[in-house]
Amino acid sequence: MTPVTKETFESEVLKAEKPVLVDFNAGWCGPCKAMKPILEEFEASTPDVKFVSVDIDDQDELAEDWDVASIPCLVLFKGGAEAKRSVGLVSRDAISELVGA
Amino acid sequence: MHDIVVIGGGPAGLTAAIYARRAARSVLVLEAKTCGGQILNTPDIENYPVEAHVSGFDFGARVEAQARGLGAEIAFEKAVGLRRDGADWVVETAKGGEHRARAVILATGSENRKLGLPDEERLVGRGVSYCATCDGNFYRNKVVAVVGGGNTALEDALYLADLAEKVYLVHRRDGFRGEETNVARLKARPNVEFVLNATVRRLVAEKRLQAIEVEDVRDGSVRTLELKGLFVAVGRIPENQNFASVVELDASGYVVAGEDCHTRAPGVFVAGDNRVKPLRQLVTATADGAMAATEAVKYVNGLLDRGT
Repeated sequence: MTPVTKETFESEVLKAEKPVLVDFNAGWCGPCKAMKPILEEFEASTPDVKFVSVDIDDQDELAEDWDVASIPCLVLFKGGAEAKRSVGLVSRDAISELVGA
Repeated sequence: MHDIVVIGGGPAGLTAAIYARRAARSVLVLEAKTCGGQILNTPDIENYPVEAHVSGFDFGARVEAQARGLGAEIAFEKAVGLRRDGADWVVETAKGGEHRARAVILATGSENRKLGLPDEERLVGRGVSYCATCDGNFYRNKVVAVVGGGNTALEDALYLADLAEKVYLVHRRDGFRGEETNVARLKARPNVEFVLNATVRRLVAEKRLQAIEVEDVRDGSVRTLELKGLFVAVGRIPENQNFASVVELDASGYVVAGEDCHTRAPGVFVAGDNRVKPLRQLVTATADGAMAATEAVKYVNGLLDRGT
C-alpha cells in the first residue's frame, strides 16, 4: 500500500483513474495494525481498486481536511470525491462491501 | 466436525484454543473481525505477568500465533446462532454456514454501550468516540465531553484533560461509581467541569459534531455545550444475544456460569468478559479460557468414552 502525503494526495488519490481506498492509520493504533494484513490481501485480490495509506501522525492536515477523527478509518474515493467510509475495526465482509470486491 | 468450536478470537478464546490443542482435541476458532479482541485498543499493557510492557496488538498477534502453532484452526466468520442436534452442537454463521462441534466455548466478549441517540452512529469518527486513548489525539486543544460515571469515564476524562482545552464530565447522578481518587484528581484539574445530574439528550451536528444538549434530570432544564468531541463511556454490552435461547443470561446480558465456566447447556461453556464475574481483565479472560477448555475437553472425552 503506497504511503500518501499532503503533497501527493491530489495526484495519487483525487486524480487517480481507479477508485482509491485510503487507509488512515497510525503506528500506535492496534486495530489499524490488525487490519493491515487484511487490507494487503484485498489489495492483491482487487486490482480494480488502488490501495494507499496515510499515516495521520505525519499527515495531520490530511486527517483534518477529510474529517478523520477516529482510526482505523477507510475512505473510498471515486472521481476525486469521497464515496464511502468505514470507521473502526471492521470485518472482511465490510471491507469487501467498501471496495465492491 | 470439530471436538471444540470456540466463538471469539480474543484472549479468552485463543487461550481456550491453546489448552484444547494441548489436550489433543481438534479446535476451530470463529472470529468475526480480527483476532485480539478488545485488548487491541490498549497501547501498553502493564499488568499482565510476565512482561512489564507489551502492546495489545503484539499480545493478540502472539497469542494467535501460539494457538495456530499448536494446530488450532481459525476462520473469520461471525457466529449468529447455536443449536443442538443429537449429541452435537451446530454453530450457525452469518453467511449461512454451519460448524458442527461436540462442545462449544462462548468467548464473544463485549462491545461499547451506545447512548442510543439519533445520528450517534453516523458521527462516530466525526466527533463521537468510545475510546479516549484511541482518539484523544484528534482533540488536542479542543473542547470535549466525557459521558459516564464509572472508572472508564473518570480515566478518560483525566487522559483528555492533559490534551484538550476543556473537558466536561457529564454524569446522570451526582456521585460516581468510579474510584474516589480519580474524582479527586479530576476536581484538581482547572480545565475539567463537572456537569452532574445531567443526561445527553441531543447531538447537534451538521457534518461533524458541534455541540451536545444536556438535560438536568432534576428540573428538566437544558444546556447546550459547544464542543468538538464526545467520549461515550457508559459501559459495555456482552455479545451474548445470539445465544440467549441456549444459555442463561443475567439482567445485564452476561452468561450465568461459575468459576468452572459451565453454562446451563451441557457441552456449552463460557470464557472471558461475557461471563458473569467481578473482574474483567486480560488475566481473568485468559484464566477463563484455560478453565473453559479444560472442562470442555473433559466433556468431549466423556462423550468419546461413551462412544457417542
